[in-house]
Amino acid sequence: MIDTPTVDWLALSPTIALLAASGIALLAAVLVPAWMRKGVAAAVALVGFVLAGVLAGVVFDQTPTPEVLLDGSMVRDQLAALAQVILAVTGAVVVLVSWAERRRGNHGEYYALLAAAGAGMVFFVGAENLMTLFLGLEWFSLCLYILVAFDTDRATSLEAGLKYLIVGGFGSAVLLFGSAFVYGATGEIGFGQIAAARATDDTFLLAGLAMILAGLAFKVSAAPFHMWTPDVYQGAPTSVTAFMSAATKTAAMVVLLRVLVTAFPDESELWTIAVAVIACVSLAWGNLAALAQRDVKRLLAYSSISHAGFMLIAIAADSERGGEALLYYLVPYSAMSLGAFAVVAARERELERPVTLESLAGLGWERPLYGLAMWVFMLGFAGFPLTGGIFGKLFVFSAAYEAGDWWLVLFGVAATAVSLAYYLNVVRWMYMRSGTELRLAPAGGSPPRDPALGVAVAAAVVVTVGSFFLAQPILDRAAAAAAALPF
Amino acid sequence: MLTTALIVLPVVGAVVVAIVPLPRTATAGLAFLVALMEVGLWIVAASRFDFDDGGLQLGTSREWVESLGISYTVGFYGFSLWLAGATVIVSAAAIGYAMWVGRDRPRAYHALMLFLTGAVVATFASQDLLLFYISFEAMLIPLYVLVGVWGGERRQAATLTFVVYTMAGSLLMLASVVAFGVTQGTFSLVDSGASDNVWIFLGFAIAFAIKAPLFPFHGWLPLAYREAPVEVAAVLSAVVSKTAIYGFLRIGIPKFPEPADDLSGVILVLAGAGLVYGSLLAFRAPDLRGVVAYSSLAQMGLITLGVFAFDDLGLDGAVLLSVAHALISASMFLLVGMVERRCGTGELDALGGMARGRPVLATVVIVAGMIALAVPGSATFGGEFLIMAGVYDQGWGYSAVVALGVVLAAMYILRVVSAILHVKPGSAVREEALDLRPGELALVLPLILVLLVLSAWPALISQSSFPGNDALQALSEGFR
Repeated sequence: MIDTPTVDWLALSPTIALLAASGIALLAAVLVPAWMRKGVAAAVALVGFVLAGVLAGVVFDQTPTPEVLLDGSMVRDQLAALAQVILAVTGAVVVLVSWAERRRGNHGEYYALLAAAGAGMVFFVGAENLMTLFLGLEWFSLCLYILVAFDTDRATSLEAGLKYLIVGGFGSAVLLFGSAFVYGATGEIGFGQIAAARATDDTFLLAGLAMILAGLAFKVSAAPFHMWTPDVYQGAPTSVTAFMSAATKTAAMVVLLRVLVTAFPDESELWTIAVAVIACVSLAWGNLAALAQRDVKRLLAYSSISHAGFMLIAIAADSERGGEALLYYLVPYSAMSLGAFAVVAARERELERPVTLESLAGLGWERPLYGLAMWVFMLGFAGFPLTGGIFGKLFVFSAAYEAGDWWLVLFGVAATAVSLAYYLNVVRWMYMRSGTELRLAPAGGSPPRDPALGVAVAAAVVVTVGSFFLAQPILDRAAAAAAALPF
Repeated sequence: MLTTALIVLPVVGAVVVAIVPLPRTATAGLAFLVALMEVGLWIVAASRFDFDDGGLQLGTSREWVESLGISYTVGFYGFSLWLAGATVIVSAAAIGYAMWVGRDRPRAYHALMLFLTGAVVATFASQDLLLFYISFEAMLIPLYVLVGVWGGERRQAATLTFVVYTMAGSLLMLASVVAFGVTQGTFSLVDSGASDNVWIFLGFAIAFAIKAPLFPFHGWLPLAYREAPVEVAAVLSAVVSKTAIYGFLRIGIPKFPEPADDLSGVILVLAGAGLVYGSLLAFRAPDLRGVVAYSSLAQMGLITLGVFAFDDLGLDGAVLLSVAHALISASMFLLVGMVERRCGTGELDALGGMARGRPVLATVVIVAGMIALAVPGSATFGGEFLIMAGVYDQGWGYSAVVALGVVLAAMYILRVVSAILHVKPGSAVREEALDLRPGELALVLPLILVLLVLSAWPALISQSSFPGNDALQALSEGFR
């Protein structure tokens, strides 16, 4: 007789909700008549994400202290729950962004994969040992590989899918290899037990730590593990890019924080330096490379690399303040990133071609609301006031300064200065060049009506601006989440 | 509440102007109305303000981000209320001028102007370091677009240099804000104590020096002042530059007494150099805007001399001159705009002889010029005299430099006045070019009238700016 572990269904409910949504959407792809297939699948995915968000909110509310579940393989705490809320909201918004995307068919499969990827991420952030960590990572990565290559009629999409598959597979392999080393050094796979094993001077443990760090750095697209990011972000369907830039980053950042803090507290002197160095490289490379981009999706890809740098500064602080700053940062960042890609999607659908800086010309005057929204997102990325971006930067810098890393503050400030050049360049193209001057030929007449996308952009603006005025309530929750980790 | 209302009114006005689809003139009229209401609101605020006390008044405080000690704390000291007053008057005149000229895309334009007004007032009212930083940054957002969209031919280059310079300063300041706030455990300017960290002070000082601008951080100035729409240049040189003075008075000196004292020698020398250098450039500038722009550089140097004189007279003079310069520089820029509209150019070579047949223009330009060159008896003279007296203790050489600045001001102002009004008629001056219209006069005259009032009664400002009318004590005790 095998002892079955008791299952805390509530803690697993967000994952289950999304898995169920995914399954139903997949069935819809077969059983529902073609004309309403898209509507049903999208609605199911939307309901799944919303339900997962609500359930994660309930879990957040009812989990004052962390509990380990399922024989030490998962954890139920406010950190995971908060990350799940962010992921679920992101997913719901992505469903809205995806709605009007031109696609010949396979709508059921698309939304099924989206929900499945969401389920994987929601599972991933609750991982408490190396096995579930890897399982979660592969789960959502496999879905994303397919989603990236989903537009089979576009060569760039296929190319991006292949690149992501190969590089992502390599990253996963490195992570798995590292996990094997750590297991070999300690004989444990649970994060808490690895820390308790205290195999501090073990070369294998350190090699394993380095490889796990590298494997997760692939997923957060931190330089120098970012090579796939620009190509994949550019080639993937824009809605998928939006999802990846916000959700993958959130999930991987939260898990990176959890692994480093719970499993390797004794090695913190080493990994804080490693993370700080990766942060600096990401800031430098992301910002400098973004300067040279013409394609807006590529530009935003490099911008997301640089933001990975800012978030890693918070992790490098290795303090509760740092964890709090990271979790706060993720909220406005996810909103801005989703929103910016959504505006790109709107322009893309209007002009029916890839969006370069030139094709943004006049957007601010022709489509005032999208223009204003994009303005808000760019200013938010650059850390201007009236957006949560400024508090994100402020909290990250405060955490770094408190941890004694004043040089990281200076580096971050310098990187912000560089980033202004390309963020404001986007604004410049939108407002200071006119579309007629460049003879942009819109597809004809007024743009396709797309209320779902409008709602998505509006939601992103509300969160971006709302996180500025209501910083304290968000920070309170971020602090509660960060308190779940043993700093 | 009044302070909050002063900040919120223009911002709400901006949103309304941006959203409500009114016809062209109605949009501009609505914006002008909001600007006038703002002036009215300021008058109410001033009437409720106890100038004999001069301490923090009309304040409001609300927690914002408690865990870091960030709060929404606003309120006015005497000097900041005067600066805010200059702001509301100047922006009303600027918005009125934009209405008169009929700027393109009026909804966006006027919304941005109103937002800018709100941001500047918020900067003067901030009693929390982060709120100050936020308002300071928020000014940049509308300015970037105002110069970049409605500016002259080289507007793109102008915005680029302007933004690169100011943001470099602002981000250094952000690092300093973080360092100061985290070390103090609070960002409140009222609660926090003093710091003796030179590096943190430098972050602030450079940001302010760029914003003012002070020599040698003025690289953005000529292009921005030349390419911006003239009323935006007016707001820039009149009040946006004064946020730097507020920064020095409220943060730079009170929060960093030792570093400010240690570095005062350097700052005084740079300010003096800026005064002379700016004056000489103004004397050499080939166009109207160049003269006004560089004279602004010179005047900011002069005001900074007063601030770092560490003397009651110097500080009072600095505030008086700040307000007076705000008003006179706005009037000068608006007059420049009016002349440019008549002649199509601001090149001094192409102007001249405009006094003949245009008595109103001639009178107004001469009166404004007299105030700008600080003729004895004017408010500007009062400010300059106080600064000269105040800075004497720091070394008689500084007073000599101030005196030299006054002489140079006379030279460049008289040169530009005669280049517009006298000499032989210039090639760009057509016979049909009209005298000042009543509408234009109505925009400039209030500014000049206020200046004349201040000329008659400079003590109105110079004796009511600091708590207990003791500037040095207020600053050295950090306004506690």
